[in-house]
Amino acid sequence: MNNKNKTASGKLLNLLGNNAVPIMFIIIIAFCIPISGFSSLFLLNEIMTRLSRNTFLILSLLIPIMAGMGLNFGMTLGAMAAEIALIFTSDWQIWGIPGIVLAMIMSIPISAVLGLVCGKILNAAKGREMITSYIISFFMNGVYQLVVLYMMGSIIPIVHNNIKLPRGYGVRASVDLTRIRKALDNVLSVNIGGVNIPVLTLLIIAAMCLVIVWFRRTKLGQDMRAVGQDMEVARAAGIDVEGTRIISIVISTVLAGIGMVIYLQNMGDMATYSSHSQIGMFCIAALLVGGASVDKASIGNVFLGVILFHTMFILAPSAGAKITGNEVVGEYFRVFVSYGVITVALVMYETKKRRAKAGMGAQLAAAQQEGDKR
Amino acid sequence: MSNQVPLLELKNIKKDFFGNQVLEDINLTLDEGEVLGLVGENGAGKSTLMKILFGMTDIRDTGGYGGDVLLNGQKVLFNSPFDALAAGIGMVHQEFSLIPGFTATENILLNREPQRKSVASEVFGERLNTLNRKEMSTQSSEAIAKMGVHIESDMEINDMPVGHKQFTEIARELSKAQLKLLILDEPTAVLTEQEAEALLDSIRGMSKRGIAVIFITHRLQEILNVCNKVAVMRDGVLVKDVPAAETNISEITRWMVGRSVADTAQDRREPPETETIMSIQRLWVDMPGETVRDVNLEVRRGEILGIGGLAGQGKLGIPNGVMGLYPAGGKVIFEGKEIPLNQPRACLDSRLAFVSEDRRGVGLLLDESLEWNIVFPAMQIHDKFLKPRLGGLVKWRDEKAIREVTARYIDDLKIKCTSSKQKAKELSGGNQQKVCLAKAFALEPNFLFVSEPTRGIDVGAKALVLKALEKFNRESGITIVMISSELEELRQICDRIAIVSGGRIAGILPASRSSEAFGELMVSSVV
Repeated sequence: MNNKNKTASGKLLNLLGNNAVPIMFIIIIAFCIPISGFSSLFLLNEIMTRLSRNTFLILSLLIPIMAGMGLNFGMTLGAMAAEIALIFTSDWQIWGIPGIVLAMIMSIPISAVLGLVCGKILNAAKGREMITSYIISFFMNGVYQLVVLYMMGSIIPIVHNNIKLPRGYGVRASVDLTRIRKALDNVLSVNIGGVNIPVLTLLIIAAMCLVIVWFRRTKLGQDMRAVGQDMEVARAAGIDVEGTRIISIVISTVLAGIGMVIYLQNMGDMATYSSHSQIGMFCIAALLVGGASVDKASIGNVFLGVILFHTMFILAPSAGAKITGNEVVGEYFRVFVSYGVITVALVMYETKKRRAKAGMGAQLAAAQQEGDKR
Repeated sequence: MSNQVPLLELKNIKKDFFGNQVLEDINLTLDEGEVLGLVGENGAGKSTLMKILFGMTDIRDTGGYGGDVLLNGQKVLFNSPFDALAAGIGMVHQEFSLIPGFTATENILLNREPQRKSVASEVFGERLNTLNRKEMSTQSSEAIAKMGVHIESDMEINDMPVGHKQFTEIARELSKAQLKLLILDEPTAVLTEQEAEALLDSIRGMSKRGIAVIFITHRLQEILNVCNKVAVMRDGVLVKDVPAAETNISEITRWMVGRSVADTAQDRREPPETETIMSIQRLWVDMPGETVRDVNLEVRRGEILGIGGLAGQGKLGIPNGVMGLYPAGGKVIFEGKEIPLNQPRACLDSRLAFVSEDRRGVGLLLDESLEWNIVFPAMQIHDKFLKPRLGGLVKWRDEKAIREVTARYIDDLKIKCTSSKQKAKELSGGNQQKVCLAKAFALEPNFLFVSEPTRGIDVGAKALVLKALEKFNRESGITIVMISSELEELRQICDRIAIVSGGRIAGILPASRSSEAFGELMVSSVV
């Protein structure tokens, strides 16, 4: 067992290896900040905005990871549910906080049903949850388009013409949410040294973090961790594996729905047919940048990920423009980076697993040598 | 005690798997606090019997069993392990059934955690109760104390040495209040000597507390040390059931392996006293379930060397390690040259061949024809059955030569098939095995590893396969190393037999020695 008394340098290498993605990002950001020429006040304001906008959504990814279902695109379904809810509240012209609360409440049953379907499908595709959920999100996008583009206004009543397409049915490509814009963020907001802090939104996020911490200590949370680590052992102990997995996905889609309402109230504008499609990718990328892996993610990873990933998002176009004289390059760079991060993180996860396997052989060889000394 | 109703009574237990009788009329009783040692070779039926007792679903799925299981005089029929658990039967399996990232406490109380109600659980149901961590650690400490072996209750399973994992499982069973009978399936297999000693102590402790134990092991000394009685199984029959005090190791060994087998060793030749063709030095192999530790072995030119031993002791690891299929270390010298490990191609280039025990996985291209299966490696490795065209720029398959050689092997080995174009997956197990042999023969090797050549094939095919190997050896003088779990078939064709026990070579004896001698080697240092 000589792998227990590792040297200090070995430990440091391990630490670097385990956190390669966040460290890489910190280095790139440190390099880009001076080039971009942004003031620190501007950057802080931007980061604060992104933090309040995205964190809740990313938190919704944590529970499926805990249940061993990997980085799950099931959250995209929750985002669709939130958009449908917001279309209705806008049509009914319920604005401000009541509009936001109503949209959140309305999104819950839709998210739950979609989550249930998704969970059932994922139970049939154990071990391939990530790719399966990704494809489900494409499939559901088709259903979403059917509902929003054809059924709304024809079968489902939509009253206002600024939401309907000129042809009389279907929803316009963009839904104006100006009147709920920052309704949540502006409550209790304070300005410290020029940085605008949306206190209520941050409080909601903090409350959600506490709920997740509490959830981990419940029986259900314990069951999810057990199922996540070894389904067969959990089953042998009498835990309802399939049911537990479905619950984890439903919780995730419901939280994603609420998170999407928070996201859109901050944006103040909703791209009806594309808002949800990239949100899953960006949330997963942010979480991975924060140092999470396929089977392990913490609240700390969420916050670090949001800050690093979105700082990069803010800096990249401007830094790209300064270096190459072309803003498109920066834009290209940030898309390239987010897909790249996901790929690298997935490859590293597999490599780590393989290396752990190879370690067994090393142990055998070591045991043999120890036998010599005796 | 004798007037009392026994805790457990098995009456005329019978079980067959699709007509293949694996248990016949097993009768056994066990009193409260009694410790029964159950021994037998692999395949003797121990596991099946325990599965019946523990209500495993695969028994019911394969048609149930005959006879009665009585618990405290009452007939019971378990539909699932959960029924058995509720009735007070606990089982510690050979494979660990633990959540790796959980602490010992969490594993001991898995899905039986003491809980506390909260507001959320009133609304959303019991699963949102919070865990009562304090009560959990009290309960797990109690269970660990009951066991009498100390383990860290808040250590993660990942960080534990193997022995402690085993103890965690035992503590889990002990934490169940209703436990009356504990089945331990080879619990000492993974333990160090001291740990095993501690486990035996804890079995004695359980017995004092009135818990009956069925203890399955290959380490016979342990049985004599701790058990009240010994039951020996062989070929699905309970051959002996005696008090442990009245017997000894050599007697038990004889019951385990003993068949009248004097006739198998007919017209045996003397083991050839030739020079070493392959020398294996300090080999370790990381093959899951078949770990090899520090093996030294000299194979003589022209002999058939058998490698035997109980399952899981590492006999399969040796050929798989030498041929580079599993990570290995050490040194292998073949005909004076060192063969690099972990490179299957290098072995094949040195004219070594391997017939794998994993017939359908490694051995065959299931969706291809017989012709292809037989000549493919020879074509790949030695450029045989190829005709150079365009001055050697491209190589064409020599279909005629391929057909001829396939026809020859079909004839020689009596492969039953519709034509040489038939797909390999359509053949029966025995014929598939013959194709695997033909494939190896077609490589024209200097040295052949054959791993479990008769596993899962019928008697007739078995005899043919063994004959073919013997003929190949005698006629072409090819050295063969044959690995098999069936001692008798090794004794039939081998010159010498090495027995692997605990990942190491326990000894090499001429095949003419008695089965008992081999049996003793098999259990000598079982892990």
